[in-house]
Amino acid sequence: MESILLLAHTEADGALAKPALEALTAALELGGELTVGLVGGSVEPAANLVAAAGARRILAVTGEPFTQPRYATDAAAAEAIARAAGAAIVLAPATARWARALPGVAYRLGGRIDTHATGLAERDGVPAVNRWFYRQRMEAVLTRTARPWLVLLDAGCFAPWSGAVSGAAQVEFVAVEAPQSRTNVTGVQAPKADEQTIRPDAKLLFVAGAGWTKKQPDGAVHVEEAQQLILGMLRGAQASLGGSKSLVDLSGEGQAVLPFMTHLNQVGQTGSTPRHPKGLSTCCHGEEPHVVGWRFVTERRAVNLDPNCGWSRGKADVVYVADAFAVVRELNRLLG
Amino acid sequence: MNTSLQIVVCGSIVPDPLQTLEPVTSSGGPALKNEMMLPAVLDPWAAHALYEAAHLALAQPGSKVWLVSMGPKAKLQQVMMTVAQKVPFELVALDGSASGFTDSFATAAALAGAIEAIPGLDKSRLLLFGGWESASRGAGSTIQMTAERLGITEQFQGVDRIAVREDGSFEVLERIEGGRHQVSVCTAPPAALGWATGFLPEPRNNPQVGMANMKTVMPALQRAKAATAADAGLRFVSVSLPKQQRETRIEKNMAPEEIAREIVAWIRE
Repeated sequence: MESILLLAHTEADGALAKPALEALTAALELGGELTVGLVGGSVEPAANLVAAAGARRILAVTGEPFTQPRYATDAAAAEAIARAAGAAIVLAPATARWARALPGVAYRLGGRIDTHATGLAERDGVPAVNRWFYRQRMEAVLTRTARPWLVLLDAGCFAPWSGAVSGAAQVEFVAVEAPQSRTNVTGVQAPKADEQTIRPDAKLLFVAGAGWTKKQPDGAVHVEEAQQLILGMLRGAQASLGGSKSLVDLSGEGQAVLPFMTHLNQVGQTGSTPRHPKGLSTCCHGEEPHVVGWRFVTERRAVNLDPNCGWSRGKADVVYVADAFAVVRELNRLLG
Repeated sequence: MNTSLQIVVCGSIVPDPLQTLEPVTSSGGPALKNEMMLPAVLDPWAAHALYEAAHLALAQPGSKVWLVSMGPKAKLQQVMMTVAQKVPFELVALDGSASGFTDSFATAAALAGAIEAIPGLDKSRLLLFGGWESASRGAGSTIQMTAERLGITEQFQGVDRIAVREDGSFEVLERIEGGRHQVSVCTAPPAALGWATGFLPEPRNNPQVGMANMKTVMPALQRAKAATAADAGLRFVSVSLPKQQRETRIEKNMAPEEIAREIVAWIRE
């Protein structure tokens, strides 16, 4: 097997986040001599961990300029490590930080890059990558002759590496002059803890469709109650909230609908494809452009008044033909 | 301070999302069955980028928007009949493949070449826009490599908002993990922005805008150069549809209380 470089950026405490540990597993499973490249303010805890995992060589770029997730500095650090390592295969977790920087690094190195890889294995003596095309509507296995070949691995596809860490690792620090950047990261905007609706690690994805904002059997719209029921469900089940495009678009058009529902919640063809073990859809028709976003939701159930909705046609495991208001009201009582 | 911008939006066409897609093997590698017959639309993320570009250009007097698009000329013409009615832009067309199975490295080379050839483009005022994903390849890597080829090293991905300040600097909101946004300030162009969905609704069709755009769209299509995005080193071992059909149990006569109890038990399994 060819030589492998695993690129990872460290967290504020110098450790590796879960996506990096998953990529470490992928690198070890692929085989080949493993070099790990670390970028961040401090790297010692991460270096000790990857040494225990079996990394032959550990390279690092550290310093204040490399603490910020910023294209210019991240690309410079990754490029310097990749050149120092000289590896044929460069693996990295598909974090927002690496997804921003590594395609440009691939160009600088004269290599190629594949992103959103969901599988990686040796096939006929060469690495082969699984990835989806046309928004998770078809899966391909592909391989390349160009080197270096950079591969960004999607989160949730490999088990995070775990093992005992013993002793201090030997780290080779790569000197990189931080490039002049006109960009300064000034902060992070996050919803308040009690307004958090996107929870990537939640066991349950709760999807609200446009039906929540439509007229109910009494002829009236009950948006206020819908808000309370949905938020109650998220709190009770510690679920992550997804939305269909039609509902999210209503919010974008300035209509007075679920104020916590934004395009960030949108699941589907033009939204996200989250990974959760279970998913519960409510008031959503289960049209194909939405359901492609459920590709990596293992168990699926739906509550809908229409027995002939898309979910009933082989897209969900169970469809409850019922009023979602009544069901979620009862769910909140039981989960509360 | 003059903060007029030159905004180049890269965006291609994709099959209408409601179409059923099926992979086939062609002489040039994988392709879609009846690809040329499928109705097409402007890629959704590229469309968001285009609408944001037009909105920004309107707010910054003296700004101009180009749409650089690679696809089969006939399909581009069909899609532009609709897109041209949305916002003002000048089309730069490349006659090539819009397939998701083309390579982003080669596509970036073609796009960068077309952008370099835009007459009078002032790179010091350039904002390179595109989608951070696409509904075809979905690589999220083309814009970065195009920007690198153009010498642009200020880059942002998953952008939902840009706000230009009076001094010409601009604040950018990028999506990061956990439904959060990273906030950055860039002091000046050039910069590349891969757009997520932004916050703007789709503009209504405006026939006057359409008529003005079509004056440049048709000549641009006529002079579109042939472009290739092939990569000889890329080999597809297989392309297949997922086996996704589930045996659905449909419960029509359960009371809400009973359904809730079953769902709670399922959640807690």
